[in-house]
Amino acid sequence: MIAQKEAPSAGPSGEAPQETFVLNLGPQHPAGHGVLRVLMTMDGEWITKAEPVIGYIHRMHEKMGENRTWAKFLPNTSRIDYLSAMHYTHAFVGAVERGAGIEVPPRAEYVRVITSELNRIASHMVWWGALLSDLGGLTPFLYAFDDRELILDLFEGICGARLTYCYYRFGGLCNDVDDDFLRGARAFLKHMPPRLKLYRDLVTNNIILRKRLTGIGLISAEMCRKYGATGPVIRGSGVAYDVRKVEPYSVYPKFDFKIPVYPECDSMARYLVHMDEMEQSLRIIEQALDQIPAGPVMGKVPRVLRLPPGDYCYAVEAARGRFMVRIVSDGKDIPYRVKLRTPSFSNLSLYEEASRGMILTDALAMLGSLDLVIPDIDR
Amino acid sequence: MSFLSIEPIRLLLYLVGIGAFVGANAAYLVLAERKIAGRIQRRPGPNEAGYGGWMQPFADVLKLFVKQIMVPPGADALLYRLAPLMVMAPPLICLVTVPYGETLVARNINVGLLLVFSLGSVNVMALMLGGWASRNKYAVISAARVVSQNVAYEIPMLLVVITLLMITGTMDLNEIVRQQAGGFWHWNILFLKANLLMPVTFVIFFICMLAELNRAPFDMAEAESELVAGAFTEYGGMGFGVFFMAEYSNIVVGCSLATVLFFGGWQSPVPIALLSGPLWGPLWFLLKLYALVFTVMWIRWTFPRTQFYGLLNLSWKILIPISLFTLLLTSVQLKVF
Repeated sequence: MIAQKEAPSAGPSGEAPQETFVLNLGPQHPAGHGVLRVLMTMDGEWITKAEPVIGYIHRMHEKMGENRTWAKFLPNTSRIDYLSAMHYTHAFVGAVERGAGIEVPPRAEYVRVITSELNRIASHMVWWGALLSDLGGLTPFLYAFDDRELILDLFEGICGARLTYCYYRFGGLCNDVDDDFLRGARAFLKHMPPRLKLYRDLVTNNIILRKRLTGIGLISAEMCRKYGATGPVIRGSGVAYDVRKVEPYSVYPKFDFKIPVYPECDSMARYLVHMDEMEQSLRIIEQALDQIPAGPVMGKVPRVLRLPPGDYCYAVEAARGRFMVRIVSDGKDIPYRVKLRTPSFSNLSLYEEASRGMILTDALAMLGSLDLVIPDIDR
Repeated sequence: MSFLSIEPIRLLLYLVGIGAFVGANAAYLVLAERKIAGRIQRRPGPNEAGYGGWMQPFADVLKLFVKQIMVPPGADALLYRLAPLMVMAPPLICLVTVPYGETLVARNINVGLLLVFSLGSVNVMALMLGGWASRNKYAVISAARVVSQNVAYEIPMLLVVITLLMITGTMDLNEIVRQQAGGFWHWNILFLKANLLMPVTFVIFFICMLAELNRAPFDMAEAESELVAGAFTEYGGMGFGVFFMAEYSNIVVGCSLATVLFFGGWQSPVPIALLSGPLWGPLWFLLKLYALVFTVMWIRWTFPRTQFYGLLNLSWKILIPISLFTLLLTSVQLKVF
């Protein structure tokens, strides 16, 4: 592989300075998937330094959390990472429930797991289509959206929204799931495996795709630890870190599923992690649908929600990695501090180090494999 | 008929004909590509303008025409304006020598093949000029890519053409077609007596053609997810429209050439008198031409783009050795048999 090259530097020993130029990639660029701006110092087609510039879609979610009641902040959580809104709501709801000591009925927990995993598949489908369109294959995007559409239709049936769900509430869910949803989820379980096989045969095993991802964009486990990268990025570096296993939450311990891990550290490893995760999500959904108990979906929640003073954390495995909400409460009906630990931010921060010495094409393929959602970076 | 065969009038008619052919092709191949893409991607494609979208090219061209052509500040205005003309001229000239039928050829030049290839390389220069003149970093990167890509792929392509020249012994395109008479087993692609690897030779030719045309999976010049629109980033309105038209005209030229060299041009695939003749000739030619054009589009919407250095490796390390080998094989086989 000739992917890596020594980063040229202006030598002090009197040789001619390198002729570099700065390529301002974004904030409006087809490979940015949003308003990400990367200042690339280039030597020809080789990147000597790629500096991400963020903040173009900063909406002060954390600050907004500090000046409104718990319930009023809830809709914001769906808008941080709009592709995996269920997970984000789950983390905030979970933190508040943990603080206020609210019991969640088992049926609600099962539905949370089912919807979260469906959301993970929907999010991975978008990532898959977007990565392929970054690589120049425009067709898979439409197929991915076809599958995602089925999930969005299911969600629309239970909460009325297709993207920003706000379906989980403190103590449970806003609506119980109906038979249509359960039937639809079963039908989706039947629909998806042949599609995943189709994608494996047509796309994953395509030689051009393999050549473009294998050995490209190496991110070692060491680098992941340094920058706090989580999710498919760290699992593609051979570390089996998944919040669902290491800090079990909700009813995840009741299900049997594997954490896909690939030790190759390259873009292909991250690609395969994503693809395998969808299969594991299907497994979880199937078990949850089999075991789902009857009963209420809303626990007892006090009329005015006040958390006892203290520091509460709740982490979930979102589609892009570990999402954690930390709430500091001083006993009032609004939080003292809300901290959102978003996975895309950490996953992007390693980009500068990882992309050094890469060729532009590969650097953008790697950027695609990191699965970034820009509002998630900026919050 | 005698009036039509007066030389200046005949030439004028051919000029009009080729102009119309190129125009209609450029306009409707864009529509066809969008329809094919739609079909492959499980969506209808353009279907609003006219029945089934057949008016779409007119709508597009109208939109491009009414746009103001801006020269970006700091750009070289002359070269910037010259590039679209330079990119459009070669396919028009190349089509002059292409035999659409036994007698349906504007000007049968005995070095037709040479003419097509020499003018074909002007295309690269035009893209490079356009990219360079726009003073845009994406465009400059694209221009640099176009040059190295085309240099790399000219070589195996010309080696393949030399193989064919050894077999046919002529550069006259119509003569090459005439030699392939008598059914599809006489076409050059199946002319195994001269070269056992003839189908492989065609595949090399086709890959090189895709690379020369900057078509996916070798569309390094445009690479929209990396370079925005490559060399055309700064072009708008009809400046961009001409580049776009030239891309499709070049596809027509490339596929015409493949038809002539490998698929027997206007020859009927079965040697039955009923299916061959002056009227059937153009029909067969167009049928073969559009089958190849469809393949080009099919590939674009099926495969991801290759890596840039992977692309160069493919040419220098795989295609050139194989084409050299087929050249050698041909010379041996021609000597022996």
